[in-house]
Amino acid sequence: MSSQEKLAQIVSEHEGREGPLLPILIDAQKELGCIDEDAEAFIAAALNITRAEVHGVVSFYHDFLSQPDPRPEVQICRAEACKARGVEALMADAEKTAGGRVKLTDVYCLGLCSAGPSARVGDTLHARLDGPALTKLIEKA
Amino acid sequence: MTTVRISDDALARACGADELAAAFARAGAEVERTSSWGMHWLEPLVEIDGQGFGPATVDDIAAILDGSSSLGIGAIVEHPFIAAQQRLTFARAGKTRPLSLEDYEATGGWAGLKRARQIGPERIVEDVIQSGLRGRGGAGFPAGIKWKTVASTQAGQKYIVCNADEGDSGTFADRMLMEGDPFALIEGMAIAGEAVGATKGYVYIRSEYPDAIAKMEAAVRASASIVAPFECEIRVGAGAYVCGEETSLLNSLEGKRGEVRAKPPLPAIQGLFGKPTVVNNVLTLAAVPHILSEGGAALYESLGVDRSKGTMPIQLAGNVKHGGLYEVAFGITLGELVNGIGGGTASGKPVKAVQVGGPLGAYIHPDQFDIRFDYEAYTAADALIGHAGITVFDDSADMGAMARFAMHFCAEESCGKCTPCRIGAVRGVELIDRIRDAKTGGGRELGQLEQEPQMHNMPKRGRSQEEEIQLLEDLCETMKFGSLCALGGFTPFPVMSALKHWPEDFRK
Repeated sequence: MSSQEKLAQIVSEHEGREGPLLPILIDAQKELGCIDEDAEAFIAAALNITRAEVHGVVSFYHDFLSQPDPRPEVQICRAEACKARGVEALMADAEKTAGGRVKLTDVYCLGLCSAGPSARVGDTLHARLDGPALTKLIEKA
Repeated sequence: MTTVRISDDALARACGADELAAAFARAGAEVERTSSWGMHWLEPLVEIDGQGFGPATVDDIAAILDGSSSLGIGAIVEHPFIAAQQRLTFARAGKTRPLSLEDYEATGGWAGLKRARQIGPERIVEDVIQSGLRGRGGAGFPAGIKWKTVASTQAGQKYIVCNADEGDSGTFADRMLMEGDPFALIEGMAIAGEAVGATKGYVYIRSEYPDAIAKMEAAVRASASIVAPFECEIRVGAGAYVCGEETSLLNSLEGKRGEVRAKPPLPAIQGLFGKPTVVNNVLTLAAVPHILSEGGAALYESLGVDRSKGTMPIQLAGNVKHGGLYEVAFGITLGELVNGIGGGTASGKPVKAVQVGGPLGAYIHPDQFDIRFDYEAYTAADALIGHAGITVFDDSADMGAMARFAMHFCAEESCGKCTPCRIGAVRGVELIDRIRDAKTGGGRELGQLEQEPQMHNMPKRGRSQEEEIQLLEDLCETMKFGSLCALGGFTPFPVMSALKHWPEDFRK
C-alpha cells in the first residue's frame, strides 16, 4: 500500500470522531514513521483545514517527527525521580554504547518513579536499570 | 493446585513479572494476574494464600513453592506498609484482577452508580460537596462546586473529561489506578455524567503509559453496556507535558496545538468544543464511587484535617527505600512519610531534599519535615501538594543542577503562549549557568552591546554574583505572577526553594 492509501485509510477510520486530528496523526506517525509535508497536505485536504493548521499541531507534539528515523529507539527517563536514583551517571556510557546506531531519547517520566532508572523500548518498559543492564538494553535494541 | 497471584501493573512487568508468571505456570501453578499492592520495592511480589514473597526472580520459584524461600514477608495485609494505610480510592489494589467485571462487582463495584441513578443529579452533587473532595490533580478545587457549575449551565451537549496526562515525575497513582482498577474510573465518570447531564466522557491518557491505555480501552469496551447511555472514549496524548493543564488538554482533544487558554471562560462553562465540561483528574473521579456509596460521603468527610478532607494516595518515589503507593488521610507529616514509612533513602545516605508535587513543586529541606500533609499548610510554606508525588534525594544531589533542570524542563515543555514562561525559562537556564560558572565567579561582564553609546542608561559595570542571584529572584517573581498556567507559574517553586535552602550549591 502506498503512503497515500495508508493515510486515506487512517483518515476514514477516524473521520466521524469529534476532534479527529490527533488520533489521525498518532496513527499516521505509527504507520509511516513520520509526518512529512506530503502527509500534512493530504490530512489537511481530507479534514478541510489548512496545511498550516496541521503543521502547527505536528510541530507542537514531541511524538511526531517530520522526517523518518530508521534507527531503533531507546527512551530513557531523565526526570527528577530517576535523577535521584542516579540516571545521570549512566548517560555517558549509554551514549557511547548507542553511538550512531541507536537513537537515545530523553523522556520525562515513565511513571516508574520508585524503581528508576527506567527506560522504554517500543511498548516494553524496563526498571531498576544499572550500567550493565542499560548497556545490554541498548545493544539489543 | 497452588494459585499464585502476581501483579500485571507496568512497574511489576518492568521488573520481570511476566517472565516470573510464565515460569510459575510452567512449574504447574495456576497464575492469577492482579493489580499491584503498591509495595514497589518488593515487586514482582508473589502472593500465595495471602502470604507474600518478593522481590522474586525466576530462580526463586522452587524455593517459594516448597516453602523454603527467604523472601517471605508474611501475610501481605498485615505488612506494616499496608496495614497502616486507609485505602478508599485504592481499596481494590492487590486484591482484584483489573479487567474482571466479576471481581469488580464482588468488591462493591457499580454500587455508587446504582445509588447515583436513584437519588438524581442534585443529591449527587450534594454528596460530593459534603464529602469535601477536592481536585486531586494539583489545584485542589472543590469537585462538587465544579460539578454544580456544569450542572447549572444550560447546553445541548456537556462533557466529562478525565485528565490522565500524569506527566509529573514522582507520580504514578493515576497509572496504577487505570491499570489496577479501571472500572472505578469509568464508574466515577458515569456518576459525574449523571450529576451534570453529560452523556459523553473522554479519558486523555499520555502516550508514555502504554499499559494504562490498553487496560482502559479494554475496560471501556467491557463496561459499555453497564454505563450506557453514558459513553466513554479513550484519547491518547502525543508527548506534551503541558497537556496536563486542563485548558491545554481540551485544545489537544479538539485536535489543536496543546496551548493554554486564558481563563475565564472556565471550562465548566465553555470547555471542550465550547460546551460545559467537567475536567477532573483520575484520582478525583475514582474517589467518587466510594463517596456515592451508602454513607460514603460522611465517611470521606470524617477523614483528614481542616479543609483537606478524605484520603490522598501519596506516591513515594526517587531515592527512597520503601517506595510505592501509600493512601492515607490528610494530616500526616512529611518526616513520617519519608523516614518512617519510606524508610529513608535507598542508598542509605542521609536525605538532603524532598520534592513534593512533581517538577513544579518546591524542594523541602529536612528541617521542615514537621509540615503536615494539607493543601493550606503547603501553600503557607511556599510549597504545593500537587498530585502528591514525593521524590526523595540523598546527599549526593546537586540542588543547583536541579534548579537548572526545573528551568530547562519548563523551557522544553512550555506551550509558548505566554512570554514569562516561554522566554523566562530560557533566560532562567542561562542565568543559573552563569551563576554557577566557577571560571567567572558567578558574575557577568559587560557585553559589547551594552557599551554602545546608545545604551547610555545601562550600568557602566558588569554584574556580581549577588546581583545575578537577585536577577534570578526577579525573574522567578515575574514568572510566578505573569504566567498563564502552572507550568510557568510554579517553576519558580523548585528554583527558589533550592536557592533558599542550599545556596552553597549555586555559589561554586
